[in-house]
This record gives sequence, structure tokens and C-alpha cells, in this order.
Amino acid sequence: MAAHLSSGRVNLTALREAGRRELRQFLDKCAGSKAIVWDEYLTGPFGLIAQYSLLKEHEVEKMVTLKPGRLPQADVKNVIFFVRPKLELMDIITDNVLREDRGRSPQRDFHILFVPRRSLLCEQWLKEQGVLGSFIHREQYSLDLIPVDGDLLSMESESAFKHVANMMIRMKREFPGSQNSIFPVFDTLLLLDRNVDLLTPLATQLTYEGLIDEIYGIQNTYVKLPPEKFAPKKQGEGGKDLPTEPKKLQLNSAEELYAEIRDKNFNAVGSVLSKKAKIISAAFEERHHAKTVGEIKQFVSQLPHMQAARSSLANHTSIAELIKDITTSEDFFDNLTVEQEFMSGIDTDKANNYIEDCIAQKHPLIKILRLVCLQSVCNSGLKQKVLDHYKREILQTYGYEHILTLNNLEKAGLLKLQTSGRNNYPTIRKTLRLWMDDVNEQNPNDISYVYSGYAPLSVRLAQLLARPGWRSIEEVLKMLPGPHFEERQQLPTGLQKKRQHGENRVTLVFFLGGVTYAEIAALRFLSQMEDGGTEYVIATTKLINGTSWIKSLMEKLEPAPF
Amino acid sequence: MSRARADEEEYWHSSKFRAFTFDDEDDELSQLKESKRAVNSLRDIVDDDDDDDDLERVSWSGEPVGRRNRLPSFQSLSNALSDTGVKNYAPELRRPKAEYKDYSSDWSPKDTVKRMQRGKVLIFLKRTLRREILFRELEVRQVALCHLIHFLKETGEQKLLLDLLRFLDRTEEVALSQYREHLNIQDVEKRREFLKGCIGLPFSAEDTSHIQDHYTLLERQIIIEANDRHLETAGQSEIFRKYPRKASILNMPLVTTLFYSCFYHYTEAEGTFSSPTNLKKTFKIPDKQYVLTALAARAKLRAWDDVDALLTTKNWLGYTKKKAPIGFHRVVEILQRNNAPVQVLQEYVRLVEDVETRLNLATKYKCHDVVIETYRDLKDRIQLTAYKCKVERGSAEEQNINSILNNTQIRWKN
Repeated sequence: MAAHLSSGRVNLTALREAGRRELRQFLDKCAGSKAIVWDEYLTGPFGLIAQYSLLKEHEVEKMVTLKPGRLPQADVKNVIFFVRPKLELMDIITDNVLREDRGRSPQRDFHILFVPRRSLLCEQWLKEQGVLGSFIHREQYSLDLIPVDGDLLSMESESAFKHVANMMIRMKREFPGSQNSIFPVFDTLLLLDRNVDLLTPLATQLTYEGLIDEIYGIQNTYVKLPPEKFAPKKQGEGGKDLPTEPKKLQLNSAEELYAEIRDKNFNAVGSVLSKKAKIISAAFEERHHAKTVGEIKQFVSQLPHMQAARSSLANHTSIAELIKDITTSEDFFDNLTVEQEFMSGIDTDKANNYIEDCIAQKHPLIKILRLVCLQSVCNSGLKQKVLDHYKREILQTYGYEHILTLNNLEKAGLLKLQTSGRNNYPTIRKTLRLWMDDVNEQNPNDISYVYSGYAPLSVRLAQLLARPGWRSIEEVLKMLPGPHFEERQQLPTGLQKKRQHGENRVTLVFFLGGVTYAEIAALRFLSQMEDGGTEYVIATTKLINGTSWIKSLMEKLEPAPF
Repeated sequence: MSRARADEEEYWHSSKFRAFTFDDEDDELSQLKESKRAVNSLRDIVDDDDDDDDLERVSWSGEPVGRRNRLPSFQSLSNALSDTGVKNYAPELRRPKAEYKDYSSDWSPKDTVKRMQRGKVLIFLKRTLRREILFRELEVRQVALCHLIHFLKETGEQKLLLDLLRFLDRTEEVALSQYREHLNIQDVEKRREFLKGCIGLPFSAEDTSHIQDHYTLLERQIIIEANDRHLETAGQSEIFRKYPRKASILNMPLVTTLFYSCFYHYTEAEGTFSSPTNLKKTFKIPDKQYVLTALAARAKLRAWDDVDALLTTKNWLGYTKKKAPIGFHRVVEILQRNNAPVQVLQEYVRLVEDVETRLNLATKYKCHDVVIETYRDLKDRIQLTAYKCKVERGSAEEQNINSILNNTQIRWKN
């Protein structure tokens, strides 16, 4: 089950094992049969650490979702709440506890597991409601860095980068052989704050995985897709009802085909799929050539693998078709054209016609916001007239309450006034070669293939750090927000990693504030470059795309629940 | 008050842990009794949490016992910060001001944050400090400040949050924070009142005008809604009978309101609140937006004459010409979406400036005459001939094509 976690240069299964160990320890502390009441948000991330079978081994007999009202009648000795430290959830828990029938026998013991950490605020709140004493074990489960794939770790948390330091320490502890007396695992640690590169998440990703995330959203390696294309075609069964439940698929490197196409530019995926189709077809044809018993036996033994490959191909062909419907649409094309104009520095200083048309036609607000923010970032901020014009049009079309949203975007630096009177972006773009006209989508030679022309700024920085070093771009670095510094950790000579000839350095790139799948693809591209010299492991506070990112910055404009 | 003040001065300068009351009796016994009573009354709320290993407890007599008390009560938090706060609690549990000062300056920002994350220091500080001092201390500790602001937002302590922001001169945030509250007001009249109150707040100049507009818009919507509901129920108005309203206009954005007005109140004079021209004037809606919206509304009603009038301008000589501030291809799009008949569409396709776009649209929407005219103007014999198969045999269009093809006057380019 952990095949995808050990596929990388650094074996991340150890990290997951640590997570499971901690979970087991807590469950055993609450001795006896148990029921778990889940904060729904946590089920996804937990699924990456442990499955129900593990919980069952530790006497978890029932699992329910956290909601107000009475807890279900389960004949268990313990009821454990797995929750994030949020006040509104404390209210629900209080309701559950107060409605518990104290007369019943046997009585149930209550416990809370705060994920990822306890909160005084929450415990105070519970105390105020008079229920704090009802809980026997109140602990925290530091679900900090979750291994998502062989080279990817995510915290799946929005506001967690304060705890990065703690996590670094934890990680060092968990990796086998990374005790102080043994070789360190990573040669370099690169911490990149999202603020350094606000541009990249705003652009539409063009890798296969990136597009799946942009269009359908990938949650904890799972994606939910419209079911129509996935209806199994059973022979002899015509007119069967089409499934109505969305099709859920898991996407990680354990699936061979997916590992091959996930990071490719979408335009290069079609040819891979058709080649694969031929190979699989040919493999199945082999059955006609199998004559001897030995040959037949061999063919049969390979059948499961071939069937899996065929099913995988079918799924991805369907997904590619779904994506193609979108990418060939006029609207997608027009949107992409404007994005690329901005990124290559064209006309970023005046109000854009396409954006105005979209507002006039009341396209989804997030789409508009992505575009105006992209323009603003590519212009080092907008001139007063242009900014006021956009703001006015947005407020008049979508409602005045969005003043709050626009203010949040301004605070985040995404949509703001050009204060210095000059636009730094062209210099940054030229020096770091962010826009590459001659991009090769089929056989890329540069990371700019992930956006069909735009090289993600963040990854360019990583690339230049490895070779030839940041000294060469000092001037440009000063133009980017925030301080930058390098620190070398002195290791005693005995501990310095004895690198084999030709072996690459390993760099951990930690994105504080989120990373996109396209950036991950770009880093993987660098990893497998000949003579690249460096392999990358990626960690982040959260996996994001432009839409989810802007959404998190948008004001919650519905009234509070209480 | 001065007596208490004098007492306090004495307290601050006296030895650390001496028991103290606000009475001016010097009777030691009664002093002790008073303190003991105060401490006992606190016992209920003082918690014995194990994990407070870095807090010192002070016994009722003032001797430190190795652990400090923290005040766990939540309500007491806000009480502590209101002006009456400090004196409610057993005085001897407070540390003298001098001691406190030493404490905090020792803490590095990281330390302060760490302690604040565990909440204890925050509560401790809130208990002992006057609000102004707390605010002042926090001003120089950015991270701690962020924590406190987040904390106040989470717990909904709006008033305190606003006071803090005002103190920090983040007045725009104050204004926005207050404005945000309007979302929690469901009743329209109350919301309108609230918005009116927001107008004087220290927003930026541009935002002020938006808030003003928000208020004015809601005010108008209330009037329109009341009026229209009346019209609807009275059943006399034809437009409302034919197209019953699907939703109320309250709290809708401005452009939506304009569309509504162009739909239901198009012919009204500028003087009424519900007329489109009134809206345009009041909110300074640009021509482009106005024409677009009015066009969409009239097209939905299939009022082609109105569409025509919108796009026709008269110059000073009295000649009319067609003009569209949004480009005729957009006009065509909108009309087509509303299933305009080909004759109507055709007229506007003809006016599309860009030839290629014109041809595309004309072909797409089967505006044969326009296609034919355009190919003729382009002198493109091949395309024109090819187009013959797109028209009906024996139709007027076919005859037209033929006559043009046969026209010897034309110098075809191919």
C-alpha cells in the first residue's frame, strides 16, 4: 500500500509509520472498545496515514461524523472525538456530551484528540460550557507533514508555517539514519515563502495533474469525476441506468501510467495514451500466439497486470477526454491568451477588454479575480485609474460586499496600487528568463513547459540556487519581497555525506503558503535532468491551485452561524 | 477615587507579597481576613491544571508556592479588559507593577509568542494591565499582536478588537471590520440603518463612495420592492402578469438591479426611483454597462424596436446612425442568445466592423444576405460560388448570388 511512498530518493514510509505509531499509542490509551466521532475535514488527511483496518485492530468498532444532537447508540466503552481546534466544533461536541444519557449503562468514556494540536482557547470554551471535565484523555495528534507521494509532503493546513521549525526537527528524528550521529538525509533545505512568487498560482496550470486539479480538484490524492464516462460497458446489458454518484479515483505514483503522464504538458498526453493503447492491445493479442501449456500459463500469470494496465488506460483516456472538452473551448483559449499576454509583459498597464467583457457577462468572480490579480502582479501593482475601474466594475456587478474581498486581496499583495511608480516585473522576467517563447511541450528542455511558456518563478529560484548559485541574481533577488539568506550548517567531517561519484545532492524545498502541482512537476523535471546534479523532495503547508487559493483569501460572505 | 489611587501607589511600592485591601484600616487581622476571603472566593475559578508547569502559584498570604496562578475564566478575560476589571480580584495575586516590567522585557519575541500561544501570558497580561498599556506593549510585538487580533476575531469580541485597531491607527481596518457586520443583519430596514451608520467611518476615499452607493442602492431597492410587490398583487400591470418575478430585488448587486429596472420599468420617466435612467444617473453607470444591460433586458422581452432605439444615435443634423459602445459582435451574441429572428440579427451582423468576425457570425447564424454582400464586397468569386450550396435551391438568396456572379461590372479577384 505504500509503494508510492518509497518510490522516491528518500523513503517517506518512515514518516507515515511514525504517524501510525502515534495513533496506535493514543488508541491503546483509551482501552476497550471505541467509537470515533470524526471532524469531516480530517478524514481525508487521515486516510493518507491509516486505513480503517488499522483502527479496527485497536478496537474501533464504529465511526461517525461529528454533528449536533445525540450521539448514536453504540455499545462501546469509549467515545473519542477527532477534531481540529475550532470553536464551532467545540459547540457541537458540547451538544453531544450534554445530550448523553448518563443513566445508561455501561457509561461511555469521552476523549478528545486535537489535530494537529491542542488549543487553550478550545479547552477554555469547553470549560465555560461545563463539559471539560467529561473528557478523560485530551491529547494532540501532530499530523503535521503527511507523505502524499514518494517525493511530496503536505501539511494540508492553511495557517501552519509557524510550526515548520518543529516539524523539521520531527522529520529529522523520524528518518532512519538521521540521528545526529549518522548522515543527514538532505544536503540543502530551501524554504520558499509563497509571497516571493505570487504569480505562479494565479496562472492556469497546463500539466495533466495540474489541469485535473484546476478543473475537478484533487483532495488528499483523490479526485471526484462526472460518472458518465466511467460507466462500465457490460456486454449484453443495454440501457442500464447511468451511475449518478461521481466517480472517485486515487491518483498517485503507484499507478504506472499515471506516474508517466501526470507531469507532462497536457498536449503531450494524447500520444502517450495512444502508444499505450497499442502496447496493451498487442499484449492481449499474445493469447493467440500462446500455443504450449507453458506459454499459456505465462500469459495467464500476466493477466492481472495487463488488466490493471488496461483499466488504468481506460480511466485516463476518459479523464483526458473530459479535460480536452474544456481546453478546446473558446473560453479556455481566450482566458489563456490573456494570461500569457500578461505573463509575457504585454499591456499590463491598462484595463483589459477581455476581463471587462467577462465581468459584463458575469463570469464566476474567482475567474475575474485571478485575472486582475495576475495583471496586478505582472505590473508590480496597478495604476490608480485602472485599479479603481476594475474595483468599481466588480462591485457594481457582483455586489458591494466584495469590498471586503478586495481588501483581503490587497492585504495579501495580490491586487494593489503600484506604489513605487515603476514596474519591476520586466526586469525580473528577463533576468530569470520567466517567459520562454520557444517552448517544447512534447519533449521539454526547460521547466517553462508546465505553463507552456512561463517558467514558475519559485522553481527558477531553486534551479539557480543549485547552479550557479544566487550570487548571480543578487540584484533581482532584492526586487522580490522579503529577506533572503543562506545558512550553512557545519557538519563534522566524519558526518559529511560521502557522495558516490555521480550521485546527486538531495534538496528539500519547503513551500510556505502552498504549492501547485505544476511547480511540483517542474521540480521533478529538474530532478531527472541529465547532469542536473540535484534531486528534489517537496514539502508544503498545502497543495493549492489559483481557485482554492483565492477562495481562501476571499471573505466568507455568508452570515456567521451563531 | 483619590483614596484608592493613594492606596494603589502604596501597594505598588510596598513589599511584594504583602496582603492588601482597599480599606484604610490598618488592622492587620482584618486585612488578612479580607484577603483570605477573597482568595477563597477565587478557589472555584482557579484551576489546578497539571500542565501548567511554568506558572507560579501564590498562596493567599502572598508567599509563592512554586506555581503562579492563571485565571482560566473566559468571561473574566473580557472583564479584565474593561475599565472596571482589575479591582475585582484578590489583590495579592497580582504581581507588583515593577516586577511585571522586568518580566516582559526579558522575554524575546519568540518567548512572548510561545507563552502567548499557550494563552497564559495573554490572560495574565489582560488581567493585570490597563488596556492602554497592553495595547502599547503589543504594538512593538508584531507576532503577539497578530495572535491577539486573531484571538479576538475568533471569540467575536468585536468591541475590543475595534478599540485595539483604533489604537494602532489601522482605522481603515476598523471601518471594514464594522462594515462586515452588516452581513449578520437579516432584516432589510435594520441593515439599511446600519449601512447608513457606516458612511461616516474612516474608509479610504474610494471605499467611502462605494459604501455610500451600497446604502443608496439598498434604500432604493426597498422602495422598488415594496412598490412592485404591490403592483404584482394588484394584478393590474401587464408586465408583472406576463413575467412574474422569480425573486426579490433586495440585496442584489447594482447591475442586476439595473437589469430588473430595464425589464420591468423601462419606459418610466427619470423622476421615479425605479426608472433605469434614474439608476444610471444616481450611480453614474457608464454608457457601456448601461447599453449592455438594457440590451440584454429588452432582448429577453423580444422588444426589437427598443433594441434598435438603444443603438441608434441622432447627430445634430438629424441623421441617425447605429452605434454600439460594446461592439456589434457582442450585440449579435446577446440577441442570438435570446432567439432573435434572423431579420433582426442580420441587421446587426451587417454592422460588425471586423470582416472576418462578420463572416463568421453571418455564416453561423445563417444571415445569408450579409454573407453574400460581404463576399461581393471582397470580390471573392470562389467563396461566393461555394456559398451557393448553403442556401435553399430556388430561394431569393440563390437568385441574388447568381445575379451577382453574372454581373460583368464586378472585377473579381479570383
